[in-house]
Amino acid sequence: MNETPPLLSIEGLRTQFRIAQGLISAVDGVSLSVARGRTLGIVGESGCGKSMLSLSIMRLVPPPGRTTEGRVMFDGTDLLGLDAAAMRRIRGNRIGMIFQEPMTSLNPSFTVGDQLIEAMRAHDRTSSKEALRAKAIAGLDRVRIPSAARRLDEYPHQLSGGMRQRVMIAMALSCDPDLLIADEPTTALDVTVQAQILDLLRDLQEQSGMAIILITHDLGVVAEMADEVAVMYAGQVVERATGVDIFDDPQHPYTLGLLGSIPRLEEDRPRLLAIEGAVPAPFALPQGCRFNPRCVFATPSCTETAMTLRPIGAAHEVACQHAPVETMTERAA
Amino acid sequence: MSGAILEVTNLAKHYPVRKGIVRRKLVGSVRAVDGVSFKLMRGETLALVGESGCGKSTTARLVLRLIEPSAGSVYFEGTDITEMGGAPLRRLRRRMQIVFQDPFASLNPRMQVGAILDEPLLLHGMGDADARKARVAQLLDLVGLAPYHANRYPHEFSGGQRQRIGIARALAVEPSLVVCDEPVSALDVSIQAQVVNLLKDLQQRLGLSYLFIAHDLAVVKHMADRVAVMYLGRIVEIGPKDALFATPRHPYTRVLLDAIPRPDPRRAERVAVPGGDLPSPLNPPPGCHFHTRCAFATDRCKTEAPSLREMADGHAVSCHHAESLPEYTVAQAAASSPAAAQRLALYAGRRARAAAVAG
Repeated sequence: MNETPPLLSIEGLRTQFRIAQGLISAVDGVSLSVARGRTLGIVGESGCGKSMLSLSIMRLVPPPGRTTEGRVMFDGTDLLGLDAAAMRRIRGNRIGMIFQEPMTSLNPSFTVGDQLIEAMRAHDRTSSKEALRAKAIAGLDRVRIPSAARRLDEYPHQLSGGMRQRVMIAMALSCDPDLLIADEPTTALDVTVQAQILDLLRDLQEQSGMAIILITHDLGVVAEMADEVAVMYAGQVVERATGVDIFDDPQHPYTLGLLGSIPRLEEDRPRLLAIEGAVPAPFALPQGCRFNPRCVFATPSCTETAMTLRPIGAAHEVACQHAPVETMTERAA
Repeated sequence: MSGAILEVTNLAKHYPVRKGIVRRKLVGSVRAVDGVSFKLMRGETLALVGESGCGKSTTARLVLRLIEPSAGSVYFEGTDITEMGGAPLRRLRRRMQIVFQDPFASLNPRMQVGAILDEPLLLHGMGDADARKARVAQLLDLVGLAPYHANRYPHEFSGGQRQRIGIARALAVEPSLVVCDEPVSALDVSIQAQVVNLLKDLQQRLGLSYLFIAHDLAVVKHMADRVAVMYLGRIVEIGPKDALFATPRHPYTRVLLDAIPRPDPRRAERVAVPGGDLPSPLNPPPGCHFHTRCAFATDRCKTEAPSLREMADGHAVSCHHAESLPEYTVAQAAASSPAAAQRLALYAGRRARAAAVAG
């Protein structure tokens, strides 16, 4: 695909929790990569491990969770091997992160400016207060917040949800990161505001050439943003493809289910194609393929062997023995 | 099945805004809902659509008399409920119920699901203990949950299952009108689809009328028979679903349609969504409220407020320029590729067969 080595490459990452029911793997052997200037979309339902994956990259997994296996190669160094001080220099500086809830990610008792400058000060101990303030205003300008200088002295409750998310983006971008991890950045927002934020992220990426990892449950958002897509289910990647192939050549039944769930404006379907059931709890994973209890294509052999990713086309991998599904012989179901 | 179950006329809710610590001086009012009129027919779904802060949830609460209107009237099944109080209103509440947006906040975490579903029955004095127990089991079955779920607590359920419990609670007392306040906005897309399908099935089986609040027009297209688009407390466009989606007449409706992320990675031209947020309802722009964000605004829009006028059968719009706006079609996402379409059809076929076996 592209010749440049990836900015971030994750290899066989496993993050585990020891709980009453035993040892569970929230992230279970995930390998992914993203290059500079590209966007990797990670898709899946709540509970599939996508947020835990992003926390594992940042080494922010809450205890008792631990990343026990794998490597996170970021620009040539393995983040899992760094000491705490070195990791702090990367976090927020070279890798920025924005979270789903702009309402709760900001401290309600400090002004937007205080919080922005605090974030910058953590990585810049030399600049004067005035210089940082000017930089903060420029940062708010960059995320298209009108009258930025005035907004700087306001409190989070004085801003709308879209504004708060812009402030979070400004904060994440204040140190010009090489990689931005956006965990459901638009899920809590109105569709109009969502469109504005996605548009903003695309423009910022074009200007700065940063890589983006976009985590979402909405394939519509993925279509707007992602160059490459990884579909996750129960802690594992079940399909990897380019942003175009995931829509034109979807292989895994779970991907098909996600596609069928999207209400489309141009179609008049009496019913949406939902995926019945829910993501299994990590301590009660089904035998064999983890999707088999919810899969309409499942056969007895699906309960026997666990599935691993196998190549099915150029830059396209899938973890399903029946893919492509049209090759299955139609039996009485 | 004919006739209006709900008729709302010039409904308004103004919140006073006061300033000062000792002498609380009235400095203005927030017009959260500002003269809204609509009818909801029996067995019909009317969707109220708009951004946060447009007054759609306030309208829903006014309709149920959970808050008191400042002006206007609400007729439910032929009786004016705006002046009603006490026991008659409580009896009426049985006929109108609500499903809330947040399935995590709207269920008492310290009550078992069985008790949550039993409570409305108890309050309305419906049946003895055995009858109520049977009814709870029936309700769980109705929304696709198992009888043993009655002994569990809300935290043991996923978001989609909790929303099913919320729906079962609303249906417990056999209402004829259910107000759904963003029932799927907090859910994953795949779970959204399950709940939308469930709501449609229940409507068919029980002949329910829905007032469906949402901000996502794509979901609305699958749920509603008619759609009302709200902006800053007023309805700016209302009409039958097909007419409204085929020929949206108000610039704001077009903006909402353009903003929906489409599952088409090749969609070439990104539609520019007008910048800025909803203006403050404390100080709405003069003239047409939408003129500050409208691409078609003229001087007339800045001074003269448009009123809702009928353009076609049942399709009304409040825009001075509704006739002269350029033609608009929803940007068509490219059809699914042959491979994707074939696989989705296979999926649908198996899904249907599995449902037939289970049913």
